[in-house]
Amino acid sequence: MGPRKDPPPPECVELFAQLSSYLDGDIPPEERNRLEEHLCGCPPCIEFLESLRRTVGLCHGFEPDAAPPPVASEFRQRLLEAFRKVRREAE
Amino acid sequence: MSAPAASFEKEAEIALARDLMAGKLEAFDRFVEAFHGRLFQYTLLVCGQREDAEEVAQDTLLKVFENFGQLREPERVRAWVFRIARNACLMKRRKSVFAPSQELSLDELMPSPGDHTGERRLEIADWSALPEEEVLRAELREAIQDAIQSLPEMYKAVLLLRDVEELTTEETAGILEVSQDVVKTRLHRARLAVRQRLDAYLRVRQN
Repeated sequence: MGPRKDPPPPECVELFAQLSSYLDGDIPPEERNRLEEHLCGCPPCIEFLESLRRTVGLCHGFEPDAAPPPVASEFRQRLLEAFRKVRREAE
Repeated sequence: MSAPAASFEKEAEIALARDLMAGKLEAFDRFVEAFHGRLFQYTLLVCGQREDAEEVAQDTLLKVFENFGQLREPERVRAWVFRIARNACLMKRRKSVFAPSQELSLDELMPSPGDHTGERRLEIADWSALPEEEVLRAELREAIQDAIQSLPEMYKAVLLLRDVEELTTEETAGILEVSQDVVKTRLHRARLAVRQRLDAYLRVRQN
């Protein structure tokens, strides 16, 4: 028989559903306290939370490895004309 | 990007929008520079193809200036620009093959518990080895891009606006025309899915 794998405890499953709200500070204080109490005694949840926090950090302002093309002067002129037209209409 | 850098960037965009609303043409070039790159990166992540991304980014920028008179609150300029970008992406998508979006289930995004050895642990990679603020390695950057692009459309849309472009839940809900609760639910699943893909990448690297 292979090694036994236990299902995650229900309190870990409950916390799992709330981790993004927790990271975003978008969780009522009593929920937050309960969650932090659980985290204090649950290293796997801390480890998972940390991996999610790093994921969010990596996504912030993420830029793919592809440089944007330069703005062609003709196109820039077209944009400027569009903006000038809007300004004229507003006056 | 660090929080202060993101905040500085947002403040700069607001100042440029204010200047343009006041008719200061000297802000024009800087506004174009500020948004052109970001729009290209966003449309590339949405569309997946460089040619499509360039076309949609240009369409967006043109619509931004054609409709500049409709911008009422410079504080919301980023959300306003990305609403236009989102619509331009949708228009482009309608012209191409439409892939049905699938639901992500929380159960599938939860890590497996490790082998039972008396001490509970998870089968996840060692994330502490990841650089936090350093320039990302090309390989890691590619892994992040793949992870984002592999998300089903409705999750990718939320993650790009909330986490990549750092718009608020309210702004994202407004652009996507869904409730804030829907944004929060989809964002959580999108983050978990990206985390799962990055975890798999890290585990391969660490073995």
